[in-house]
Amino acid sequence: MIELQHVTKVYPSSPRPALDDVSMQIDKGEFVFLIGSSGSGKSTFLRLLLKEDSPTKGVIKVNDKTLNTMSKWQVPKLRRTMGCVFQDFRLLTNKTVAENVAFALEVINKPQRTIKRVVPEVLEMVGLDGKENRLPGELSGGEQQRVAIARAFVNRPLVLLADEPTGNLDPETSQDIMLLLERINRTGTTVVMATHDYHIVDSMRRRVIELNDGILSRDQSRGVYGLGR
Amino acid sequence: MRVNFVLSEVAAGLRRNLTMTVAMILTTGISLGLMGTGLLIANMIGDMREIYYDKIQVSIYLADGITDPQRDAIAAQLDSSPEVKDYLYESKADAYARFTQQFQEQPALIANTPQDALPESFRVELVNPQRYPVIAEQFPNGQNGVDEVRDEGDFLDRLFSLLNGARNATIAVAVVQALAALLLISNTIQLAAFNRRNETNIMRLVGASRWYTQLPFILEAALAGLIGALLAIGGLVLTKILFVDKTLAGPIKAGIIPPVDWSAIAAISPVIAAAGVGLAAVAAYVTLRLYVRL
Ligand SMILES: Nc1ncnc2c1ncn2[C@@H]1O[C@H](COP(=O)(O)OP(=O)(O)OP(=O)(O)O)[C@@H](O)[C@H]1O
Ligand SMILES: [Mg+2]
Repeated sequence: MIELQHVTKVYPSSPRPALDDVSMQIDKGEFVFLIGSSGSGKSTFLRLLLKEDSPTKGVIKVNDKTLNTMSKWQVPKLRRTMGCVFQDFRLLTNKTVAENVAFALEVINKPQRTIKRVVPEVLEMVGLDGKENRLPGELSGGEQQRVAIARAFVNRPLVLLADEPTGNLDPETSQDIMLLLERINRTGTTVVMATHDYHIVDSMRRRVIELNDGILSRDQSRGVYGLGR
Repeated sequence: MRVNFVLSEVAAGLRRNLTMTVAMILTTGISLGLMGTGLLIANMIGDMREIYYDKIQVSIYLADGITDPQRDAIAAQLDSSPEVKDYLYESKADAYARFTQQFQEQPALIANTPQDALPESFRVELVNPQRYPVIAEQFPNGQNGVDEVRDEGDFLDRLFSLLNGARNATIAVAVVQALAALLLISNTIQLAAFNRRNETNIMRLVGASRWYTQLPFILEAALAGLIGALLAIGGLVLTKILFVDKTLAGPIKAGIIPPVDWSAIAAISPVIAAAGVGLAAVAAYVTLRLYVRL
């Protein structure tokens, strides 16, 4: 499903690699936590999977496609099989909840019929039925993140990438978001989540991949955040 | 392609940068208007060449005291010359009639010109206009009733070099304006892309095609280019009605200046529109490729 072979990423502006010879594999349907201190390369890792950036060295495969050799015009097709969620939600503030979710389908040319059918479905799934017509500014942080998750999931991606999705939320709201991500994972979607939140990592006991200054320092199934906690 | 979506994005984009959009449209319009003017002058020069060069190339002005036999001798010499294709005799009365027609808008000038002030002349068309010196040699100035032989082609060359200069200057200013328009378009598109970065970032992440992401920006520029072109065409129409047809009515009627026909404006309008739309769209596309990450 996702495979990295000796992937190194060096940004032109800094001498130290953001990712240093990382090799790993994630199977279909897995739930993986990506942990590590700030600047350890988690966001870089996710950006490379989305082909928002290219590795300096090494091979990356997603859905059996080698990203290195993928041409520019094929990238949109790759991204349609992936959903992503961020710490800062990234909603369009002038569009309603339903419009935000529909936007993701409209811009990839889904027929209006399909959009009318699937948007209410996914909003119900994330627990936002009744709030379709609110603007993001009229929602709590947790609710805004649900909209973002609905938008990421509405096209039924094979992979969901989440970069600190609970970073701006209180522990309780974070728990709700994690339940939602678990539920999405149970539909067969692979979930890769970068996080600093050890409560969540420790309580869920899923596979943990730790980066340390760009080096993969731990890969543990049913892991915890760190020793001594 | 969801037409509604694209069009609403275009409209929103144009509204959001209203001042930039207006500046972009005006510069494009001025540039295209000048370009159209240049093309019309070029047309006109072509028409004038036909009017003038075909008619006369050499004028033999006759002295006031010319005798009938001298005049007949000149005519006979022209008749027999292999260099002469055709010639026309213009009496003092003919010259005065042509003069009054040419300057009918300026009655004061006509009133101040005595009926016999204009010389009689032979207007000669040569087989080969380059051979003017041969004719000049045959009719020495000041002898046998000839006052002066003048190469009208020489005068026309100077007239046309003036007109060509006017055309070139207009087109040069049009090019400079076009450059300004292109920079403004590029700037406006960068600004528009910046304003809509949230939308385009999301579009990129959910896998919208590049084309789909770029199209609203390109259409936005193309629409501005089209409006600019319409302004330019409107400007040309007004120039024709208010300036050419009014101020230049006399010389046009007299046949000195060819008229600017509606058909000429109709012929260059599509060129102007295509140039406006095409340049704006290309400028937007290049800007997106070079400066904007979509
Ligand atoms: N666009 C960039 N240009 C240059 N250097 C960058 C860029 N993005 C990240 N870096 C550098 O790469 C390293 C890894 O950054 P990255 O954002 O992947 O870390 P992270 O693990 O996501 O950190 P955080 O937990 O704070 O989000 C850092 O040293 C960072 O300064
Ligand atoms: Mg990060």
